[in-house]
Amino acid sequence: MSGDKILNVDRLAMRFGGIVAVQDLSFSATRKQITALIGPNGAGKTTVFNCITGFYKPSGGAIRLTHDDGRTIALERLNDFRIAKQAKVARTFQNIRLFPGMTALENLMVAQHNALMRASGFTLLGLVGAPVYREAEKRAIDLATDWLKRVNLLDRADDAAGNFAYGDQRRLEIARAMCTEPALLCLDEPAAGLNARESAALSELLLSIRDELGTSILLIEHDMSVVMEISDHIVVMDHGVKIAEGTPREVRDDPKVIAAYLGADEEEAAAVMEGGS
Amino acid sequence: MKAKPGVPSILKTAFVNALIALVLFSLMVGIRTEAGASGQLTYWTRFGELASLVAAVFGGSIVIELLRQWIGPSGAEKLVPPAVKSGMSFIGRYVAPALLIFTLLVPVIFYNQRYILDLAILVLTYVMLGWGLNVVVGLAGLLDLGYVAFYAVGAYSYALLATNFGWSFWVCLPLAGILAAFWGVLLGFPVLRLRGDYLAIVTLAFGEIIRLVIINWQELTGGPNGVSGIPRPSFFGIPLDNSDDGLAAWLHIEYSTTHRIVFLFYLILALALLTNWATIRLRRLPIGRAWEALREDEVACRALGINTTTTKLTAFATGAMFGGFAGAFFATRQGFISPESFTFQESALVLAIVVLGGMGSQLGVALAALTMIGGFELFRSLETYRMLVFGMAMVLIMIWRPRGLIGHRAPTVYLTKAQAISSDLVKEGHG
Repeated sequence: MSGDKILNVDRLAMRFGGIVAVQDLSFSATRKQITALIGPNGAGKTTVFNCITGFYKPSGGAIRLTHDDGRTIALERLNDFRIAKQAKVARTFQNIRLFPGMTALENLMVAQHNALMRASGFTLLGLVGAPVYREAEKRAIDLATDWLKRVNLLDRADDAAGNFAYGDQRRLEIARAMCTEPALLCLDEPAAGLNARESAALSELLLSIRDELGTSILLIEHDMSVVMEISDHIVVMDHGVKIAEGTPREVRDDPKVIAAYLGADEEEAAAVMEGGS
Repeated sequence: MKAKPGVPSILKTAFVNALIALVLFSLMVGIRTEAGASGQLTYWTRFGELASLVAAVFGGSIVIELLRQWIGPSGAEKLVPPAVKSGMSFIGRYVAPALLIFTLLVPVIFYNQRYILDLAILVLTYVMLGWGLNVVVGLAGLLDLGYVAFYAVGAYSYALLATNFGWSFWVCLPLAGILAAFWGVLLGFPVLRLRGDYLAIVTLAFGEIIRLVIINWQELTGGPNGVSGIPRPSFFGIPLDNSDDGLAAWLHIEYSTTHRIVFLFYLILALALLTNWATIRLRRLPIGRAWEALREDEVACRALGINTTTTKLTAFATGAMFGGFAGAFFATRQGFISPESFTFQESALVLAIVVLGGMGSQLGVALAALTMIGGFELFRSLETYRMLVFGMAMVLIMIWRPRGLIGHRAPTVYLTKAQAISSDLVKEGHG
């Protein structure tokens, strides 16, 4: 289990001016597993996410992504859209970022932009209506249809995404990220704002992504019922540093984690940590 | 739907507006100053005019508030009965083809009315410019206030290539488009990181820079004197003139100057339709979808691996290319161009056409160009009050349809049924 890591984060640091958001953080995510990053508000989880997905350039440390074929990519050197395009890391956002004025189907088509651009001969073949492009577009529609089915939104394919209910938007955003055919799927609080039934459906969806497609997942989540149920491995952060990691059971019983979540003050936490270790 | 404001609220709005008018007009109208005979200041009061103006504002506010309620955007959905609505959508389906057929027949119907033909050519030029700018503003959501720069580049490209090297219009036309696209990319590079207001200011500056370069680079462009003697277009090599090898002689018909006007009309119509066809086509290709996605949410685009840099640059280049084509046409039609034709006012007019038409809508832009340019001519008899009436018409249209004449968006791909997307959901872009 330890050998096949898809993501290795090594001594990651991120500073904004004088503020240290993440410090000396190391963890790894195993291929075809669900790794969760948890911690109290302001622990620096989303900053780590933004570093991994190229929205921030880390101040220090290394982030390595290893593909199935053994190809290793240094994510901290890639920037911006290249992380999604070349390293095949897809992400969703804490505050949903769909294209509200486009239909659900169009949202999923935009996600396949790079593949379709190649098929359309960078627009030239597409402009003259070449059969090569038409077939590629048909396949893209098929893939999108398949994902709409998976997230149970097929009957709303032609509705504007902005009109969807909150839970449906969350699922559509995950489907959109999956349409980029990623190696690593990063989800930023996918269960935020969902009711119990929707959370359960989400857990099922994520497990099916892991088991049926073998996509590795990294997620930030506050909803402990989801985290404990689906995660294979959990990394706990507080104040920009890692305070614990392990299986859901190990983390749940860790006194440092309990202290961080209960908001114990620093001396108390130190006492708890000493007692625990 | 929000509850309608009652009478007290309408009166309150009207009262506040009247108060503002009182403060403004009390100095502007209420007191009239003039230099006296020996240079001293003389003044007198005009309280009658002041009172009537304030009363007009008070009454006007009430009328506008009532209009807002009756035909305003909030109530429009519920007030129109379904029968009328289905009728409207029926008409809507046939407006574009009907308009196209009518446009094709314009030279036949108005063959002897030179004024109408000239006006039609002008309207079509603006339709084309509107469609070109629509790619940048309507689809990609990049607010471009310097579009006239590309129009100028196209016009000067043709004018200089044709007068200096004697190249024909049909060779220069693609070159003018390519050069304009090249300048579009050049403008695109420095403004890639800018958004919204900042982007608008830089594009505005770019438009002025091009104009100032044209004025000051006398050796090349002739400066303020412009370029004259620009060759007229030929019918694929056959000149449209009175000579023995002209088109009239070739067809054995009597020569008339109208031939050239009709030819120019069909030329700009073809160019405009080419713009329209390309835009509709591009919208359904990945690049077009990426433009619209960029307008909706740039951050999400980056997360999906879309290269926002090249996407923005292609939008700028495509829009600029169509502007360049229109510029080349303008130069060949006028036979003379000078920097005066490429002022900021032109950019503003084209942008107004795109906004009024409903950003992103092809038919809307065409209707808006007809309204703006045609309306401008319609009010010519009003002389001094032309701009006033025109401005008021614009304000009323924007109250009635804040998202333009045709605000909804048609999806580019569908599984079962293409449904129009309400303008409330479609983003306007942040630059």
